[in-house]
Amino acid sequence: MQQFTHIIIDPAGIHARPAAKLVKEAGSYASTVTIAKGDKKVDARKLISIMGLGAKHNDDIIVTVEGDDEVEAAEALKTFLSENI
Amino acid sequence: MRETSGKSINKGVAIGEIFFFKPQAFTIEKLENQNPETELQKYNDAKAKANEQLAFLYDKLLNSVGEEEAGIIEVQQMFIEDEDYNDTIIGEINNGLNAEYAVKFAGETVANIFLSMDDEYMQGRAADIRDISTRICKNILGINDDYEFDKPKIVVADDLTPSETSAFNKDKILAFVTKLGTQTSHTAILARNMNIPSIINIDIDIDDSLEGKRAIVDAINGKFIIDPTQEVIEEFAFKQKTFEDEQGKLKDLFGKEDVTLDGKKIKLYSNIGRVEDVDAVIENDSKGIGLFRSEFLYMNRDNYPTEKEQFDAYKAVLTKMGDKPVIIRTLDIGADKKADYFDIEEEENPALGYRAIRICLTRPEMFKTQLRALYRASAFGNLLIMFPMIISVEEIRQCKVLCAEVRNELKAEGIDFKEVSLGIMIETPASVFLSDALAKEVDFFSVGTNDLTQYTLAVDRQNKAIADLFNAKNDAMLAALQIIVDNAHKNGIWAGICGELASDSEITQTLLKMGYDELSISSAKTLEVRNQIRQTTIN
Repeated sequence: MQQFTHIIIDPAGIHARPAAKLVKEAGSYASTVTIAKGDKKVDARKLISIMGLGAKHNDDIIVTVEGDDEVEAAEALKTFLSENI
Repeated sequence: MRETSGKSINKGVAIGEIFFFKPQAFTIEKLENQNPETELQKYNDAKAKANEQLAFLYDKLLNSVGEEEAGIIEVQQMFIEDEDYNDTIIGEINNGLNAEYAVKFAGETVANIFLSMDDEYMQGRAADIRDISTRICKNILGINDDYEFDKPKIVVADDLTPSETSAFNKDKILAFVTKLGTQTSHTAILARNMNIPSIINIDIDIDDSLEGKRAIVDAINGKFIIDPTQEVIEEFAFKQKTFEDEQGKLKDLFGKEDVTLDGKKIKLYSNIGRVEDVDAVIENDSKGIGLFRSEFLYMNRDNYPTEKEQFDAYKAVLTKMGDKPVIIRTLDIGADKKADYFDIEEEENPALGYRAIRICLTRPEMFKTQLRALYRASAFGNLLIMFPMIISVEEIRQCKVLCAEVRNELKAEGIDFKEVSLGIMIETPASVFLSDALAKEVDFFSVGTNDLTQYTLAVDRQNKAIADLFNAKNDAMLAALQIIVDNAHKNGIWAGICGELASDSEITQTLLKMGYDELSISSAKTLEVRNQIRQTTIN
């Protein structure tokens, strides 16, 4: 299992379009990806759930990746998040 | 003739026949003990059709309006595939409910999630999910609401959803007039980007008695005139032509240089107050940010913003602007802009009180936090820093000492930053008198005409009784403006104006002839002021 924390850099928080990109990105790996904010935890392939986290600028989210390609997926997601969300 | 009014969300004038838009009414009943297999088939067919419709709308908007607007439909295309939404629908169908009820139920469930969030943007997405659910339901029920009209008309409605707005053929719409809606709704954004004259919040009831009537939409002044007389129609036809001619001319200036007839390049920049405003700066083809008010970071909260919060905001703006200059003004709080945690005592005369640089220099720790955030952000773009409310050479020297301290700290910590030009706002009479000496200390001047007018003319900006004395074009002001720019040039630095006066295209030529090198304006006025610049001969 791989886990890391990401701080939301987008001043607008997780809006629909970046969230949708995240769904696509997370869906391109065999591993399951979950995203947690506070005590809420959601599947990263579910767009509305991700938006429902209500993550705002500067909030911490914890990303957990579990599966065969978890190392590669976690690295890619880290880069993706730091550039997009 | 009946004249009504509302709020204009996209300027323009239209004259024509009213099309009263009424969405086809349909009711959804809850039916139990249905055959899940049949209902599921209905749902899948309706969803597939909705996807086709959305793909069609997407392409249509992409080609006729642009990528950003098509993005509104793209969001709906993504929602329709959401797992939770689909699971809810299929779950209800498997419980024996009819497909259209299952879709409506799932749509409302998701809409309520969005509505319960304390974020205006997320709340707005409830309309998107309802829009999709309605589309699928109509497909299930076989309701078809394509509207084609023989000639272009004025569309009048209670409200329009993004789907409804984009379903109209752009060439067949003269104007939109609605009773509901907000300035920031997707529908408003679509109307703006389709460049259709539009008015919302019209102050009359909308019903079918309006259908087919002649009307005028004056979306410059927010007027909607029903059954106008021939004379009024002629008057507005003239207004329409003038407006369209002007717009056409301005549009040609997109992408053109801000240069005078005799070849002086002018820095035509924009004023912004929030990170989000950068989009409009880019859309309006503005070449930089001449005033980024940093106050928003400090307002509406309980404590000072951290270095990281500030850094992120500055970095976001600098990154978006690329190599274009961004002038950030350090905190200018006090007077009419207040925040409780600053704990400033009630003042008899706040405009002449404890504000801006006066607070910063007596609270150096707070000020240094901002300067550190600024210098750190400088690594990500083309930053300039500007200090407000300066009245002495001593003040600017103190600012420079603090900047040097910050640079040394960052260097010691191994944190990247760039050299940053430092400038000051000229907004007090003291700084006008001292402009020769101040110019030797800084890299640029930017005149804040609002405060400078208030202080030069001794006219309180907030006092209605003397509102007509508040005139930034008063002779004393024009004399001050000349002194400022002359002293700047004498010392080899540039001078600009970031107050409201700079956005007034009637005075652009006068300011340029005085010698001003930069004008920082409301980004929406970029092309209008560019037009003036390009017609000016300085010498």
